[in-house]
Amino acid sequence: MRNSFKRVYLLISVLMVVMLAACGEDDTNTSNASEKSEGPVSAKIGVISYMTGPGAAYGEAITNGFNLALDEINEKGDVKIELIIEDSAGKQDQALTVAQKLMSSDDIVALLGPTLSTEMNVVGPEADINGIPIMGTSTTAAGIPQIGEYVFRNSIPESLAIPAALEKAVNKYGAKKVAILYGNDDLFTQSGYDTMKAEAENMGLEIVTIETFQKGQSDYNAQLTKIKDLQPDLILASALYNEGAVIMDQARKMGIDLPFVGGNGFNSPQVIEIAGEASEGLIVATPWFGEKDDPKVQEFVKKYESAYGHKPDQFAAQAYDALYIMAEGLKNAGEADRDALRDALAEIKDLDGILGKFSFDEDGDVIMEPTVLIIKDGAFQQFE
Amino acid sequence: MLLEQIINGITLGSIYAIVALGFTLVFGVLGIINMAHGEIFMIGAFIGVLITSVFGLPLWIAFLAAIGVTVILGYMLERIALRPLRGKQGVSHLAPLISTIGVSILLENLSHHIFGAGNHPFRHSFAQIQFQVGSITIYLVQILIFVISITLMVVLSYWLSKTKAGKALRATAENLETASLLGVNTKRTITTTVILASALGGIAGILVGMAFNSVNPQMGLSMGLKGLAIIILGGMGNVKGAMAGGLLLGLAETMIVAYGDSGYRDAIAFITIIFILLLRPQGIFGKNTAEAGR
Repeated sequence: MRNSFKRVYLLISVLMVVMLAACGEDDTNTSNASEKSEGPVSAKIGVISYMTGPGAAYGEAITNGFNLALDEINEKGDVKIELIIEDSAGKQDQALTVAQKLMSSDDIVALLGPTLSTEMNVVGPEADINGIPIMGTSTTAAGIPQIGEYVFRNSIPESLAIPAALEKAVNKYGAKKVAILYGNDDLFTQSGYDTMKAEAENMGLEIVTIETFQKGQSDYNAQLTKIKDLQPDLILASALYNEGAVIMDQARKMGIDLPFVGGNGFNSPQVIEIAGEASEGLIVATPWFGEKDDPKVQEFVKKYESAYGHKPDQFAAQAYDALYIMAEGLKNAGEADRDALRDALAEIKDLDGILGKFSFDEDGDVIMEPTVLIIKDGAFQQFE
Repeated sequence: MLLEQIINGITLGSIYAIVALGFTLVFGVLGIINMAHGEIFMIGAFIGVLITSVFGLPLWIAFLAAIGVTVILGYMLERIALRPLRGKQGVSHLAPLISTIGVSILLENLSHHIFGAGNHPFRHSFAQIQFQVGSITIYLVQILIFVISITLMVVLSYWLSKTKAGKALRATAENLETASLLGVNTKRTITTTVILASALGGIAGILVGMAFNSVNPQMGLSMGLKGLAIIILGGMGNVKGAMAGGLLLGLAETMIVAYGDSGYRDAIAFITIIFILLLRPQGIFGKNTAEAGR
């Protein structure tokens, strides 16, 4: 008994020594950073990501993207960045806790993440109050950058992606009548539908019918028969890929050969896997296209594949570009200071990344030309 | 348009009916609502996908395999989740309901783990066979589903009313102790019933896979709730009621989408059920008292 107490004391004292040592290290670092030393700016950036739980795949792709960019940036040597990665588990409360932990550390100059828009809705305001720049790399809901001056994002919102896809599709097929189909029990597909409807009305298209479905539904025949009968030129579907693929399959079986226009949730290689041939003719707009004929993109894909053993997705690509944006901001700011970094970020214009030319608008939202893709011959291809 | 929608509705209704038949059997005999039925149905669908799409074996093997697996699941459900609770002192009459909910959660998460969260396509050439009548496309699968559901209903009715095993089952449903005293092997009868109901679920699962080409771990829940609503509508424990209720709900849902607003699909379908129950609390085919209906 006494022995075990001793052990506990020993453990505690060891821990304390370690912590003291860690504090000492921190102190020297901050003094270094604030001294505006000559040579490259070195800074710590906090990352909040969805690392455990059902959406852990997102967090994995995102942190992979960060780490790949980090190695390249540090190798280049213009700035020196250190990432402190924390797990939000996809939960609002945990995201807020780890964000507060990161913010309270003075030598962290900026935050990247969190992964979900719902998490950003609680973390964003807190970061804004504390005056620390925060940039979402995967938050696509409306109103995120409008939270405050210090809140940015580099992920294309639905309100930019859907109109881009719709416009190209309408021009190509000369569409005049459209049918809209959307999932009415999901915030994401619902906001996609709002954008679709507004944009269709904007373009003077006739909406012949608006049909809904619910998550996990397996029978869409009734809705599709109705749409078939009304003979639209185009079907706009705000669906996640799981339901969307099944909808396309049943539509093709019924003899509906119209092109489909989808949102970001519909944009997944899984659609081809589930629906097979029936997925031909799906049009989506995306910031990320891995087959793009651009040496930068191809190099990233190659590097990512050799490092992690599979092809990068949109989330990895967005994270990769985000860290480059941060590095650019730090370089322009010239010092590891939160306010200076914010001002430098806001001024970023036409930064060349793997997603394309990138700028922030006055809110800190994305200005970018998304790539429009169509499924053809069993693969996503650029849609012209 | 109308004809196509009627075909859609009958297909959907027939599947609802087969699911509801499984519910009604277990409820009729044991007086238990088997919440795991929807998940057993889902497992049946997955076995169908596995056999036809992954192993590329013919359809009849898929049917046999799905029935085989769901029979085993039904037996285990009875042995592990239901029998230990039966006839024990101090066990609440809600306990079997809760334990079947437990089984349903277990099965859903298990298939989530094994097969992943996404939709799985049911690729089989049989599902592609179609006829063109005017502008209407009819799939052989749609006809098959209707025929299977009618056949199952007729066979089940005959079996229940005319055969010895069916009589034993009804006697058990009437009064467990009396039936046991009169020489009915009630243990075996109950096990048979649960197994039979599960096999019906497995068949329905494959049919859904073929008809809608979408199989996922969550499909059991919504199907299960619909099945439950149907047996209340048709009359608890009544075979004809399950059939009629299933077709009615399927047609109602389709027609609401066709001539109304698809957003109100479930709402109007269930409001209809509430109204019918206000007029006939015992359900369409139900007997006057709850006891007699069992």
